[in-house]
Amino acid sequence: MTDILIPALAMAALGLLFALGLVLAYLKLQVPEDPRLAVVADVLPQANCGGCGFAGCRALAEAMVAGRALPESCPVGGAETARRVAEILGLSAGQMVKKIARVHCRGTWTAAKSRGVYRGIASCRSAHLMGGNKLCTAACLGLADCVRSCPFDAMAMGDDGLPVVYEDKCTACGKCVEACPRNIMELHPEAEEALVFCRSHDRGPVARKLCDNACIACNICVRDFPEAIVMDNYLAKIVDESRIPRDKLEKLGRCPTGAIGRIQRISHDR
Amino acid sequence: MNLVLLFVSAVLINNFVLHYFLGICPFLGVSKKVDAALSMGVAVTFVLALTAVVTWPINHWLLIPYGMPYLQIVSFILVIASLVQLVEMFVRKTSPPLYQAMGIYLPLITVNCAIMGLALLASLKEYGFAETVVFGVGAGIGFTLAIVLMAAIRERLELADVPWPLRGAPIALIVAGIMALAFLGFSGMIK
Repeated sequence: MTDILIPALAMAALGLLFALGLVLAYLKLQVPEDPRLAVVADVLPQANCGGCGFAGCRALAEAMVAGRALPESCPVGGAETARRVAEILGLSAGQMVKKIARVHCRGTWTAAKSRGVYRGIASCRSAHLMGGNKLCTAACLGLADCVRSCPFDAMAMGDDGLPVVYEDKCTACGKCVEACPRNIMELHPEAEEALVFCRSHDRGPVARKLCDNACIACNICVRDFPEAIVMDNYLAKIVDESRIPRDKLEKLGRCPTGAIGRIQRISHDR
Repeated sequence: MNLVLLFVSAVLINNFVLHYFLGICPFLGVSKKVDAALSMGVAVTFVLALTAVVTWPINHWLLIPYGMPYLQIVSFILVIASLVQLVEMFVRKTSPPLYQAMGIYLPLITVNCAIMGLALLASLKEYGFAETVVFGVGAGIGFTLAIVLMAAIRERLELADVPWPLRGAPIALIVAGIMALAFLGFSGMIK
């Protein structure tokens, strides 16, 4: 009996002794932490996605408390988080525009002409090095690097070979923008209605040959809305959407290839 | 004289990193910059010395007299974990930049096998109290020497034209191997 009792008691006593020592040391050496830090850290989404540019939610909270980051620095939490952080820190939250990632390509498997069958590593990055599976070098490669990069399950691959973004889940963290080797994803304010669904700077006749849905630089949209849209190196570019009157948006449908138009909003619960 | 010999032996000949291959994790992990390597070495030396001071009485006054040397590992872990906590609190209080620089490697001293190795080796070789402490300090200084040398070499390697497949960890391991070979040369100093 004592064979077990003595070692057990000895270990317990040792443990207690060191615990006591640590408690005393803690009382002497504790570093006063800003009490707001824990509260701010609680408000942040804890996704640790790094979308803010800091190492994680904790690091961002530290920076916010120290005044090195603004309350609206968290793209995931959005305006609500910004408001609560600002409240805790006694600051006023700046105007924060909710953004959504948009797909700038409509080169589906059928619309974009195929270059050949790609049988390499199933990743856009590696397919891009090979020149891609479609003739258009600006087209979506359809291998879903963006979908895999999304930490919020806000993206999926459509049957047509193009990714879709679920608006209710997208937090505008920007991971897909980084993941795409062809720069097809871009963050846009949620309120925007019109988008150019093409990234090809090829001249009209070339672009038309490579893809049925490419911008062919016909200038119809530019003539319709000269103050809102410009032609930037054979690709339409919306410079100021507020100059397109809401009731005239339908006019974008005059685009012969559908390379510019209204955004179709898709949510996950559909 | 015996103690001096033991000290030199612990620093150069039976160097913990290069002879026993203990404490390789921080040796490779924190050896990118000389400053950080030096602070890591000092922290490890401090913990090693304290461990030597605390584990000897526990071993000789508690574990051996009461016939439970089989509890050595458990009780030494207890000692080491508490000491590292103490050092962490101390560093955080006195030098936040150092705390930042050491980062994750400071708590990792807890599971640094060099510390455990010291406690077990000292017990195995039946050192007295003074010998154990000298052994601990010597081992710490030996560790610091090795990691600072390594960091200095790696700082130069940053600028060197290392073949592409060997960059980073591979060349660090090769350097560590060559250093171990070089330190083998000291073994002639003591019979």
